[in-house]
Amino acid sequence: MNWKHKILIPVTALALFTLGWEALVWVNQWPAYKMAAPSDLPAAFVEHFDLFVQMSWQTLWRTVAGLALSVLAGTLLGMIMGFSRIAREALYPLLVGFNAIPKATLVPVIALIFIGQHDFNTVLMAFLISFFPIAVSVSIGLSTLEPEYRDILRSLGASRVTLFTKIALPKTLPEFFGALKVAATLAFIGTNLVEIVSPHGRGLGALFRSGETNGDYPLMFAVLIALAVMGILIYYAVILLERIFAGWAERSETG
Amino acid sequence: MTGLIEIEGVTHAYPTAAGPLPVLENLQISVPENEFAAVVGPSGCGKSTLTRLVAGLLLPDEGGVRLHGEWVRSPRSTVGMAFQNPVLLEWRTILDNVILPLEIVAPRMGRRERVDRAMQLLEMVGLKGFEAKRPSELSGGMRQRASLCRAIVHKPEVLILDEPFGALDAFTREDLWQTLRNLRQEEPFTTLLITHDLRESVFLGDQVFVLSGRPAHTQYVLDVDLPDDRDIEILYDTRSVEMLAILREQIRIAQGRSTAEQAVNS
Ligand SMILES: Nc1ncnc2c1ncn2[C@@H]1O[C@H](COP(=O)(O)OP(=O)(O)O)[C@@H](O)[C@H]1O
Ligand SMILES: [Mg+2]
Repeated sequence: MNWKHKILIPVTALALFTLGWEALVWVNQWPAYKMAAPSDLPAAFVEHFDLFVQMSWQTLWRTVAGLALSVLAGTLLGMIMGFSRIAREALYPLLVGFNAIPKATLVPVIALIFIGQHDFNTVLMAFLISFFPIAVSVSIGLSTLEPEYRDILRSLGASRVTLFTKIALPKTLPEFFGALKVAATLAFIGTNLVEIVSPHGRGLGALFRSGETNGDYPLMFAVLIALAVMGILIYYAVILLERIFAGWAERSETG
Repeated sequence: MTGLIEIEGVTHAYPTAAGPLPVLENLQISVPENEFAAVVGPSGCGKSTLTRLVAGLLLPDEGGVRLHGEWVRSPRSTVGMAFQNPVLLEWRTILDNVILPLEIVAPRMGRRERVDRAMQLLEMVGLKGFEAKRPSELSGGMRQRASLCRAIVHKPEVLILDEPFGALDAFTREDLWQTLRNLRQEEPFTTLLITHDLRESVFLGDQVFVLSGRPAHTQYVLDVDLPDDRDIEILYDTRSVEMLAILREQIRIAQGRSTAEQAVNS
């Protein structure tokens, strides 16, 4: 019964969607420069196969690099804010303010500061756009730790480091992974934003842009599909990590 | 006779926005080795503060606490604690929750030895067969049993219990009283139990200390004159009924003092 829910239903839905799209283009007799049909896409993938592989890799590694930076810096910031009330009061308004800035406006700013550093700028944007949820979740996880949790180890003379690794860190993991799912999606957006906007960019975003300039609409739609697939892969990679490191939280909610 | 736990003239106040809040005032409590002291008092009078002072999690403004004659200045590994909230770690099994203190106190102890020790306790409290479960899979009473095991797994000299049975239903609570008595017979420890249940204080305690309203001092000390080998029925014995009547009267006085003060303040 389970395979029906896990495979049959989603695959059928996907097939219906593709058919509907194909039918829409066919009924309206839209030419390829208005809207590409799914049947146009395999040709686009085959024709530009090498580019797809190369550009997908570019987009993927920069997104993952930006996300990794977010995890490091976000966790560190979250720890500082979680353990020190003064740091929390000082940093929180700054972070909220920074997070409120639409990140598209930062692209030219970054591009001007680090001219021509396309890899660096892309990773930086992926990082800037995605560290906020991680920092907030870690800080909330730590600052809401019930005092008794601290006391059971502190009363034995445990150090702050032990307290962090044995209690605070594992207890924060479910919230951390919740934030990481959001952050992964955001980092992906950040990477593509820079790739699309930069004049001599690389990655799937740049491929999308080149499809636009050359009027190659099937290529543009093929890139969109590739982006969707990569986005899904990144998301499920995070889910997998969550299962491994915080699977206990899932069990305790259902059980 | 000097006790294993000596609380000597402890005075403590918390700084608050409205100025210092005096919580304990010249408190004296002495508990001989392997004896069981129950502490009762009006809520908010400073009982939990007292446990934190004995555990070395907090230093008093004046006076001090001595364990085995040594002044308590910081937490020490010869103390075990359990609270009303069992605070078990959901990402660990029951067995690994019980083992936790050994990881801190005896880092060199082997896994085998730790498991043997934890299993021995789990069996004593009737949790054998549940060691591989997660805390959320257990009932409240079973979690509290696991929490007790964790509090004594490292063979502490002093066991501090802050209303450990407060959230349990009456039947489960009486079961756990019996469990605690059995544990004491198997491995002796000196106990400081905070409770708001007078029957619990009489059934478990060798002495019952009644604290006054805030700021708390020792208002009354009751020597529990019952045989060590107690059954729950003993609470219906005339001696118990008399002791309970005395304690109830003392609590009324303690509460009266705090309500009188509140009336003056407002
Ligand atoms: N960290 C703290 N800062 C300020 N006031 C506190 C703090 N902890 C406890 N109090 C106050 O001290 C009084 C005694 O607290 P507590 O020892 O928890 O009482 P009890 O356990 O007897 O109910 C209460 O009025 C409580 O509000
Ligand atoms: Mg209390």
